[in-house]
Amino acid sequence: MTTHIKMDDRIDRDRLEEMVQGVIGRPLDRPEGELKVSGRAPYAMDDLPDGCLHGVLVRSTIAKGKLEHIDAAAVETLPGIRAVLRDDRFTRNPAQGMAGEAPAQGTDEIVYFGQPVALVVADSFEQARHGAQMLALKMEGADEAAVNPSDRNAQIEAPKKKQSSTGDLDKAMRQAAFTVDETYTTPGHVSAAMEPHASVARWDGDSLTLHGSYQMLRFNRAELADSLGIKEEKVRILAPYVGGGFGSKLGISPEGVAAAIAAKELGVPVAVAMTRQNVFEMVLRRSETSQHIRLAADEYGKLTGIGHEALVSNISGEEFSEPVTQATPFLYRGENRVIGHRIARIHRTPAGSVRAPGEAVGLTALEIALDELAVKSGIDPVELRLRNIPDEDPSKGIPFSSHTLSEALKTGARHFGWEPRNREPGKVRDGEWLIGSGMASAARVNMLIESKARVTLTNDGRASVETDMTDIGTGTYAVLGQIAAEMLGLPMARVNTILGDTDLPPASGSGGSFGAASNGTAVFLACEDIRRQLCERLGCAPDELTLKDGYATVANRRTSIQDVLGGSDLAADGHAEPGKAEKKVRQATYGSYFAEVAVNSVTGETRVRKMLGVFAAGRILNAKTARSQCLGGMTFGIGMALTEELVHDHRDGHIVNRDFAEYHLPVNADVPQIDVVLLEERDAWANPLHAKGIGELGICGAAASIVNAIYNATGVRVRDLPATLDKLLEGLPS
Amino acid sequence: MTPFDYTRASSPAEASRLGREGATFIAGGTNLLDLMKLEIMTPDRLVDISRLELDGIDRTGDGGLRIGAMVRNSDLAADAIVRKHYPMLAKALLAGASGQLRNKATTGGNLLQRTRCYYFYDTAMPCNKREPGSGCQAIGGVTRLHAIFGASEHCIATHPSDMAVALRALDARVEIEGADGAVRNVGLDEFYRLPGDTPHIESILAPGDLITSVILPPPEEGRQTYRKVRDRASYAFALVSVAGRIRMEGGRIARAGFAFGGVAPRPWRDRDFEATLEGNEPSPALFERAADALVANASTHGDNAFKVPLLKRTAQAVLTELTES
Repeated sequence: MTTHIKMDDRIDRDRLEEMVQGVIGRPLDRPEGELKVSGRAPYAMDDLPDGCLHGVLVRSTIAKGKLEHIDAAAVETLPGIRAVLRDDRFTRNPAQGMAGEAPAQGTDEIVYFGQPVALVVADSFEQARHGAQMLALKMEGADEAAVNPSDRNAQIEAPKKKQSSTGDLDKAMRQAAFTVDETYTTPGHVSAAMEPHASVARWDGDSLTLHGSYQMLRFNRAELADSLGIKEEKVRILAPYVGGGFGSKLGISPEGVAAAIAAKELGVPVAVAMTRQNVFEMVLRRSETSQHIRLAADEYGKLTGIGHEALVSNISGEEFSEPVTQATPFLYRGENRVIGHRIARIHRTPAGSVRAPGEAVGLTALEIALDELAVKSGIDPVELRLRNIPDEDPSKGIPFSSHTLSEALKTGARHFGWEPRNREPGKVRDGEWLIGSGMASAARVNMLIESKARVTLTNDGRASVETDMTDIGTGTYAVLGQIAAEMLGLPMARVNTILGDTDLPPASGSGGSFGAASNGTAVFLACEDIRRQLCERLGCAPDELTLKDGYATVANRRTSIQDVLGGSDLAADGHAEPGKAEKKVRQATYGSYFAEVAVNSVTGETRVRKMLGVFAAGRILNAKTARSQCLGGMTFGIGMALTEELVHDHRDGHIVNRDFAEYHLPVNADVPQIDVVLLEERDAWANPLHAKGIGELGICGAAASIVNAIYNATGVRVRDLPATLDKLLEGLPS
Repeated sequence: MTPFDYTRASSPAEASRLGREGATFIAGGTNLLDLMKLEIMTPDRLVDISRLELDGIDRTGDGGLRIGAMVRNSDLAADAIVRKHYPMLAKALLAGASGQLRNKATTGGNLLQRTRCYYFYDTAMPCNKREPGSGCQAIGGVTRLHAIFGASEHCIATHPSDMAVALRALDARVEIEGADGAVRNVGLDEFYRLPGDTPHIESILAPGDLITSVILPPPEEGRQTYRKVRDRASYAFALVSVAGRIRMEGGRIARAGFAFGGVAPRPWRDRDFEATLEGNEPSPALFERAADALVANASTHGDNAFKVPLLKRTAQAVLTELTES
């Protein structure tokens, strides 16, 4: 029996509020936490079958050209080497998120430096890696390859559907009391999941089982099957534990397809793990961006116009392009608007979804521009934003499902102690350090993705939740368990959540912050069905049933769940689908960031001294895991502001800083005390849980609060991220 | 990683002998193992010297300090004598790497760290240091980390050590036991070679030469410090670092000992800088003059041009710190 819902309209009834178990929203530990911290959670490479061989991918070392020949003879004689494989089904790069079909395949055409073109299989990982290192590739390089967006031979596309314009922005700029007209640039980023990509493939006849590290299993299964040219039913993917994804594990990636092909060819299980350097070069990066932003405002700081035109890059033929301007159409008022989007086709590691594609970098630039407008107009930056919150989505003329930016701004300012603040930059000193504070708004679009789950109430009074949903470190096990425990009136210890197996009902997967709300809704619906079945057995109306601590209470009669079940199990499936609601209203999450930085007046080194994030994302399902998500997002915000940058050699586009020694993520010493305040909110348009996605909200604009604080500290406006010390040195006050 | 033999040396003499036969020494392995995994170094024989009894920190007859080559970076940084009399060394050690790495890394190994040049680290790239005669891809490429002093047209890589910079400012000497059993010691200035047209040769060590200890001269009065400037608060190599000590006499700088990191293929010392300071009363003008003298011969490569003003500013700030009352 499946309970299905399509979100065509708002659902006002707050069922979770009517429940009495009292676990929803609570800051509960992850049920699998102990397994993870004690090293007992089996990640892909922890689960090697007997006789498993190891494969290591071989990369191209030119940016563009043809792979003419592989001379494998020398490698084949090395100790432990079992095979050197090159196959037309090998994938050029990972599938884009939710593609559901094979990415570009084949090894003849080389289109970026680092592209996987072969697999060396050996008895041990070390032997395979050595073989991969030694393999002689005969490549014929093309004469000319555009590797930088600014290269003259870089083809620039401007897809019609990605351009829009309303009113007359040029005129608004001419007539404005205050304007900002600047270009901001952000570098490429790598997802930087702690667990490198890895897949272990084994065949049983014509059936494939792949234990991998993936975010969206139902799509990955289709992508893998399509890549191999076999039926989806023949493919099972397991990913019960995933050591971080941040977008990099949305689509099937080259190591998964190569492992499956090698295992079939050799007739034994094959594991293919990427080295960290492989991950940098072969996994989709976040595109660098160049963003031209124009703001026009009247004398009160009310925006009359916004222009946001972005240039991003990708390999020719890749659909994805960093949706830089995603939040710009609805975040602030202003009747004259231009949205522009261009894509440079260049030969670098292909671009895809990384940590809040769109808003993470787009909002960062927009929020720096807002700060520039605040400085020009002399209006406090919080006040300036409050004056520009629109009543409805200005781009579509539809209402907001809920809107919490104003509350987030006011709460943040109060909590942080924003006022009084010295607005004149470069005036607050602490010894050698210049002190400043800055703020920014946060916003992220909210999505519901089709999702299914099965819940079984077993005759021993326990419940299991089953879905192919993933937990990429976000807290899915905890959150889905909490929804079921709350709905079925069970203590958490009596709910078992089983994830990461394509034999289970297909879920949304983890991505775009939509996992908990989408799949949580499916779990909720299954539980509603079980409650209905219990009512049938008890002969009561749905409203008469109270479930708590394993007992069903109807009127004054209290019966244990086991007795109600009488030896049988009750199972139900839930199925959530997006509907017309997303066209009727604009759904988004909002927040605010406040940061205090110290910039060294001698060296230009910046240290974040404190940081606050205030967020509203509908009902918070687990206050602890939600807070952790926000802390992680803001930490990435520190990285984006100060240190993170994929550095490409301008001659061949190769990534020069392809390890964590030189790709600078923030380390503990870079991260100060971060405070997170979660606002109470319910969004009846989102889903029956009234919850929205929170995973990515904490990075969307976070970097801007730091860059704006650097301006307040020093008077130096950084428009080219990250704000490394060399960009500050010249302008530092003496 | 290529297959290799592994032997544990039972004495310095045995280690030296095996070294002369072509073996590579391994101590903490914090750098070597990474380089072997990436096949930047492919020794076919390793001699483990980490168990040799070279892990003492002892006073020398003249009041100096002998630091065994196998003393761990973390132990050296925590040593009471080092903290009291050679504080710049403790600071430099703690500014390097991470706690875990410092627990493994040794004094001798730290001196012999290889560069972090991006192009040295990618075996698909030509690199004269990794593969003599293949060319230098860093020149004309990404040069943020690279040298402004002492480089050549064959190599512009920097030496990554923090510890060595402090040792150079402290006039440390390196004691070496040769394959013939003879013991000699050389100043750090002689110990490191500039790249010239042989950037793969980084020190005067010959096959079989084993660093047995580092010797510090008796502590001098005065103030000293180590200041490291980097792209993040920890676990990043120096963009620029300054190790400095100053002894004042009658309001004048009697003696200045300085070395600079992150700017050259070896810890950089500049006698003009010190000479400009010595005998003079400290003042901002003097410091600026000294800093100008320091960078007078700097040569930059695009991305690393910022190191010139950064080095000047940092040196001046360190001078101010060491001389202000």
